Amino acid sequence: MFKKMMLTTAAVMAISVPQAHAAEGTGVHEIVDVPFSFEGPFGTYDKASLQRGLQVYRQVCAACHSLKRVAYRNLEDIGYSAEQVKTIAGEVTVMDGPNDEGEMFERPGRPADHFKSPFANDKAAASANGGALPPDLSLITKARHGGADYVYSLLTGYAEAPEGVVLAEGKHYNKAMDGNVIAMAPPLSDGLVTYEDGTPQVATQYAKDVATFLTWAAEPEMEQRKKMGVKVLIFLSIFAVMMYAVKRQIWKNVH
Amino acid sequence: MSAGPRTPFQNPVVEWVDSRLPVFTLLNKEYGVFPTPKNFNYFWNFGAIAMFMLVTMIVTGITLAMHYAADTTVAFDKVERVMRDVNYGWLIRYIHMNGASFFFIAVFVHIFRGMYYGSYKTPRELLWIFGVIIFLLMMATAFMGYVLPWGQMSFWGATVITNLFSAIPVVGTSIVEWLWGGFSVDNPTLNRFFALHYLLPFVIVGVVFLHIWALHVTGSNNPSGIEPKTEKDTLPFHPYYTMKDSFGLVVFVAIYSVFIFFMPNALGHPDNYTPANPMVTPAHIVPEWYFLPFYAILRAVNFDIGIPFTDIVFIEAKLGGVIAMFGSIILVALMPFLDKHPVRSARYRPKFRIALILYVLSVFALGKIGGMPADAPLFHIGSFLLTTTHIAQLLTLYYFAFFLAILPWLSTREKALPMPDSIHDSVLACKSGKCCDA
Repeated sequence: MFKKMMLTTAAVMAISVPQAHAAEGTGVHEIVDVPFSFEGPFGTYDKASLQRGLQVYRQVCAACHSLKRVAYRNLEDIGYSAEQVKTIAGEVTVMDGPNDEGEMFERPGRPADHFKSPFANDKAAASANGGALPPDLSLITKARHGGADYVYSLLTGYAEAPEGVVLAEGKHYNKAMDGNVIAMAPPLSDGLVTYEDGTPQVATQYAKDVATFLTWAAEPEMEQRKKMGVKVLIFLSIFAVMMYAVKRQIWKNVH
Repeated sequence: MSAGPRTPFQNPVVEWVDSRLPVFTLLNKEYGVFPTPKNFNYFWNFGAIAMFMLVTMIVTGITLAMHYAADTTVAFDKVERVMRDVNYGWLIRYIHMNGASFFFIAVFVHIFRGMYYGSYKTPRELLWIFGVIIFLLMMATAFMGYVLPWGQMSFWGATVITNLFSAIPVVGTSIVEWLWGGFSVDNPTLNRFFALHYLLPFVIVGVVFLHIWALHVTGSNNPSGIEPKTEKDTLPFHPYYTMKDSFGLVVFVAIYSVFIFFMPNALGHPDNYTPANPMVTPAHIVPEWYFLPFYAILRAVNFDIGIPFTDIVFIEAKLGGVIAMFGSIILVALMPFLDKHPVRSARYRPKFRIALILYVLSVFALGKIGGMPADAPLFHIGSFLLTTTHIAQLLTLYYFAFFLAILPWLSTREKALPMPDSIHDSVLACKSGKCCDA
């Protein structure tokens, strides 16, 4: 009876601890549960979706949001060749220097450069966006409850403000946003980005692809981590069984 | 460490060393033939597990320190660099991050085991007090470690907790400014927290040494709470408990690995992946899960203590909360002096056992409440609106009553169940099916 009680208590604790953080925030907080390929212990990233998500980021999000912790060289992880990465990096112009003459100079981006931010600094970014700073997206799926589901829900969560909710100038109503008021105008609309692989060009698909891409941006190590985890657990399980057998053998004659 | 009588070793190298410095004799005495009660259950694994976690934390922590810089302008970036560009940096950081949680899990179980089987009682009082000191040092270390990534929760958690000291009358504000090294949590604070976060684990190692030394003087307690009397009651530590501990450790590490590899951020807070910003307060500041019960006790005292119906206040609510929070841990250290009942194990003390299980449940419930907003409405009882704070107050009341009223009261009044004569007899009773259920 005592053991059972301990097990129950342990189980209750295990379930309730992560949720202790979940019950926060105010207002409606509608997070849609999207089936992503990278969920679960064996989940992996869908490379085609990652590449489409990169396209959405570069053509839409990058106008305001930086991605400064990701380098162009990292794009080799999502299926681009070294040559393709060079081309992508070369499309931006970055400030470098000072050179031997002490002058700053501009040069095309290189794979070793990090994603170029749309604004020179946070102040400039906030100023250009009505005072609201568009957050850097490198860690956004780890920095919000709900992760990729949150990003998807936010991008597709725009709605007419319910009766009685008065929105300030330049603000929008969003079902997923904490407090339901967001400064960002609805960024996605059907047909906005042209996909070359025949995937439906609708806002929900864009949202799903960019949420996938941003999850990779936040956790580029995820596939390696899970693969290693499976091996570690298989090893530890076998090891535990062996240890138990040895322990039984040694304890056999103890009364 | 003594130069007592020594049995020579066969191996010439071992013998050469041992005759000059008897480390092998010491190891054999303390971990080889060391007589250990033969009736340990798996609760007794958690000391070894905690030791393993301490070493894991020090090894991964030193590795992380090689890639870190305690400067507010770069601290967050340095941690992200570890996660992205350092070889297996993500693995080392996730081991360390989740290691803190699993170290606390091991220590919480270890403390519970001591309470349940009366390991704190004579002659092990000092051993117990060293344990509580280790626990306090762990809390300080974990708190400062959480500040180092310099995320939102690092900054605001540090602000809230350091501000607690301002509740101390007269010198409070000076103490807080001295802790901060300025007028708010800032670069000097981060610097000193890093220095202390690196130092304290080695202080813990020192106190662990004293803890184990004291343990090896009195010997271990056991589930029956009866001291070993004859050789029939004990087994040599090796191979019996080295093997049993190893098996338990492997199982523990397997559960720990599930978190490291498949849900590394489940025990953390998303806000800590946003760089610290002194201009933006998070909606809801919560400490790490292992602090939540104490945080709930802190917030439960939301009333001034003084003479009722007058303006005279002796203890302001804030100070009261701080006293209650620290008092809740001090009382654990004082447990050997509050519970004077001659019987150790809860097996033979049914009333104590119920009180203790309720105590554990109240700690879990306090943890749950600690993670929720203060004064959050729960439901109406008639016209009375019950909030999380009311629940926290009731649970806090029980927490203190357990130590200050129930333990002393039961000390003289509880009649213990009949006990076996020896550990050997209690094991035989178990084997024949007439076992107690613990």
